[in-house]
Amino acid sequence: MTIGLGHYLVVAACLFTLGIFGIFLNRKNVIVILLSIELMLLAVNINFVAFAHFNGDLVGQIFALFVLTVAAAESAIGLAIMVVYFRNRGSIAVEDINMMKG
Amino acid sequence: MASALFFYLFSVLAVAAGASVILTRNPVHAVLFLILAFFNAAGLFVLLNAEFLAMLLVIVYVGAVAVLFLFVVMMLDVDFAELKAGFIKNAKIGALIGGLVLLELLALVGYKGLAVSPVMSPTSPVPAGITNTRALGEILYTKYVYYFEGAGLILLVAMIGAIVLTLKHRQNVKRQSISAQVARGPATGLEVVKVPSGGSVIPPPAKHPEAAE
Repeated sequence: MTIGLGHYLVVAACLFTLGIFGIFLNRKNVIVILLSIELMLLAVNINFVAFAHFNGDLVGQIFALFVLTVAAAESAIGLAIMVVYFRNRGSIAVEDINMMKG
Repeated sequence: MASALFFYLFSVLAVAAGASVILTRNPVHAVLFLILAFFNAAGLFVLLNAEFLAMLLVIVYVGAVAVLFLFVVMMLDVDFAELKAGFIKNAKIGALIGGLVLLELLALVGYKGLAVSPVMSPTSPVPAGITNTRALGEILYTKYVYYFEGAGLILLVAMIGAIVLTLKHRQNVKRQSISAQVARGPATGLEVVKVPSGGSVIPPPAKHPEAAE
């Protein structure tokens, strides 16, 4: 029983789907939405590293590194926005975020 | 055989932890399950010979980002039970769309077969005989050095942005003014008072320029 590329792709697909499902499931909770986005980015990273391994190519790992960088920056900014919003409005429910009438 | 065993261990735990992240009621537990998912993904990376990324995931993600999440979750005083309302209503459409995406992805994998292997010629082949960290460094600092600096710039922007967003400049707080302290000289710091002889009455001090501010 050898583990091929397809096995890793299945795991990543499951994690990605869980991320999508989490966004729909916790529509009111910004924290869990951010966590779901982290899950999806993790799934993408697993795909990159799996392809890099089975292709014998290091570029996939380089790309995964940059994805990690962007994910870290995104979560830092997202959490900062959330803290400021909570300080101003006293709530982080998604449906209360309507000041800009977008 | 052992690697297959470890693959199934790590992947089952990662998917179970991912499911717990979105299903658990307490956000603190959700963050802890996310940490578990990251640990198991790091195990998968080790199986894929990407040791540097695995350690990066554990140190940077679990050590910094997940702990940042934990801090924020514990700092915000939010009624999370109220946020859970509409859980079942949203679950239907979520299951529909998530199931569709999962079906598509699995159909794509199944169409190609589980043992698919890409037949592209690698642009940066994995060099033999050196560690993964060194191999990554050797192409990251030469071929991809501009992307690397761009990543550093993104992190700098994120850092400054987070500081600017959350910095609260409070009024009515006494602060040290270094420039005022340094600019203080004999002309402003010293005052000669003429005391009349025989009297004990000290005349009121002249209006001081600093006190006038």
